[in-house]
Amino acid sequence: MNTQKSIVRISDDALALALGADKLAAAFEKAGASVERVSSWGMHWLEPLVEIDGIGYGNAVPGDVAAILAGTAPSIGRIEEHPFIAGQQRLTFARAGKTRPLSLEDYAATGGWVGLEKAKQMAADEIVQEVTASGLRGRGGAGFPAGIKWDTVRKARSDQKYIVCNADEGDSGTFADRMVMEGDPYMLIEGMAIAGLAVGADKGYVYIRSEYPHAIAKMHAAARHCAHIIAPFSVEIRVGAGAYVCGEETSLLNSIEGRRGEVRAKPPLPALKGLFGKPTVINNLLTLAAIPWIMNKGGKAYADYGMGRSRGTIPVQIAGNVKYGGLYETAFGIPLGDLVETIGGGTASGRPVRAAQVGGPLGAYVPVEQFHLPFDYEAFAAVDALIGHAGITVFDDSVDMAKMARFALEFCAAESCGKCTPCRLGSTRGVEVMDQIIAGREVEKNLGLIEDLSDTMKFGSLCALGGFTPYPVMSAIKYFPEDFKHRDFTRETERAGEDA
Amino acid sequence: MTQEGGIAEIIVRHRDAKTPARGALLPILHDLQAEYGHVSEDMVRQIAATLNLTRAEVHGVVSFYHDFHKAPHPLPAIKLCRAEACKARGVEALVEEAERVAAGRVEIETVYCLGLCSVGPSAMVGHDVHAALTQEKLNALIEEAA
Repeated sequence: MNTQKSIVRISDDALALALGADKLAAAFEKAGASVERVSSWGMHWLEPLVEIDGIGYGNAVPGDVAAILAGTAPSIGRIEEHPFIAGQQRLTFARAGKTRPLSLEDYAATGGWVGLEKAKQMAADEIVQEVTASGLRGRGGAGFPAGIKWDTVRKARSDQKYIVCNADEGDSGTFADRMVMEGDPYMLIEGMAIAGLAVGADKGYVYIRSEYPHAIAKMHAAARHCAHIIAPFSVEIRVGAGAYVCGEETSLLNSIEGRRGEVRAKPPLPALKGLFGKPTVINNLLTLAAIPWIMNKGGKAYADYGMGRSRGTIPVQIAGNVKYGGLYETAFGIPLGDLVETIGGGTASGRPVRAAQVGGPLGAYVPVEQFHLPFDYEAFAAVDALIGHAGITVFDDSVDMAKMARFALEFCAAESCGKCTPCRLGSTRGVEVMDQIIAGREVEKNLGLIEDLSDTMKFGSLCALGGFTPYPVMSAIKYFPEDFKHRDFTRETERAGEDA
Repeated sequence: MTQEGGIAEIIVRHRDAKTPARGALLPILHDLQAEYGHVSEDMVRQIAATLNLTRAEVHGVVSFYHDFHKAPHPLPAIKLCRAEACKARGVEALVEEAERVAAGRVEIETVYCLGLCSVGPSAMVGHDVHAALTQEKLNALIEEAA
């Protein structure tokens, strides 16, 4: 046994912890090995994943320790050569699996702070130009060009400006923000500090949902450790309080201000009147996390990836009922089907794929017939779907789409901030109507009502919560009408039987 | 320290010269919730007085967010994710028996997403996360929490 030389690397990402990584690490230490806790490679179906000298051992349990150390346990080979990793274009997630998340030494040794140093030598408008040249668009879902937003804030005159990072990653099927905060927190802070230089802001906030205690702890520690590097810029960590709607930028700002997380009407734009009424850059975490790479390698190098108006890479999150789930960063343009069927390996249950919901709870259900769609903002928009935060939730053929449509409305009702009527009342009324449909009562008439209601919500709501809830609802009805119109109650009974 | 003293200390802790006073409200509420398990009427009064807000304003904020409770939770809680990705991985089939096992000893709280969407169903107890839950594993978590 050669335990002295080799370092055993195990992730301390929350997902690895949820699958027993701490107990596994303790078992290795007890066996005399030296253990390093690193970020996750993002091959979630293999966690906890053990790495020794580049070789990976997946789904390890404490009972495997002796065999792994002796080199007799089955391995997945070199992790970097694994098809799931080798096929990616990792810019934002370049360090994933490779560094200790809170080690300033590891960060600096892997190109950390180079972007910030370059930015310090540049004029503010040159930084903005570089971001504009990259073609980077807001990764929260709206896809608004980051350079234009930054330039608006840069040009605004004010005694105080702010950088706010939206890390309120509430969409089911998404976890990329969490992985950045837990795996590469300095990269995010570096991106925020660069934004600060670009627009003239000296204070940043990271607003993290309270469901992410591990990310919160890491960000607190990271902000402390690198305070001297980013000064005079400073970062404060703010914690949400269980309100999904606070992922909407204006309600997030209200929340930081100590108000109810209610949506604000726009205009005024946050870029001009944002946090505490001051000009504010509010960007999704993945937008800010892409900045250090862009400043380091140049906007053009980033724009060389991608298709059409979707430039650069997108960290896709493959989730739900999928065999090989995890984080897959790739240039825009990859077909959805490749992500679900080839890279994701189809369903975990082994049954046929029926649908994928792309873009979280407010994203459309995409049927298999549309899996040729390239991952691109415009291509998805053309078929009334959206990329959102690039989460893909896969469902097999046992899914009841009427129940999923009902859930979309139920979720909206639970999370509505109550400010506007279409969202507040429309969601609750939608649940009631959907219950009638599921019970088989006056189905055609009620489907008409749902359509009408969806229109009202789509065009009358203040923000994306009410405005986009119709996407999952209407796509479910459009592509899976059999689940609504001729509900097969035998199938229903069979399902119930399977569930039990 | 008396409870009043503790509350005052928490309120003062979040004062920051660079931020308007009300900006400290959520961090204060989080600390009170963590320390005392709830945010009472008395605490609301004390916060309002210190931050120069009306009681109605503070009450409005406390009642808006799911994380803040007016009274202490009588039971230990398990947060079970029932959002889309965990539904796709079968969480709904676990709920009925889990409720039966919990039977008034443990509160099974619904949350929407813990960010473990590729390995669900998942749950959180305190700050401990658990994934790939089967009925057996979930039942065991409930027994442990009870």
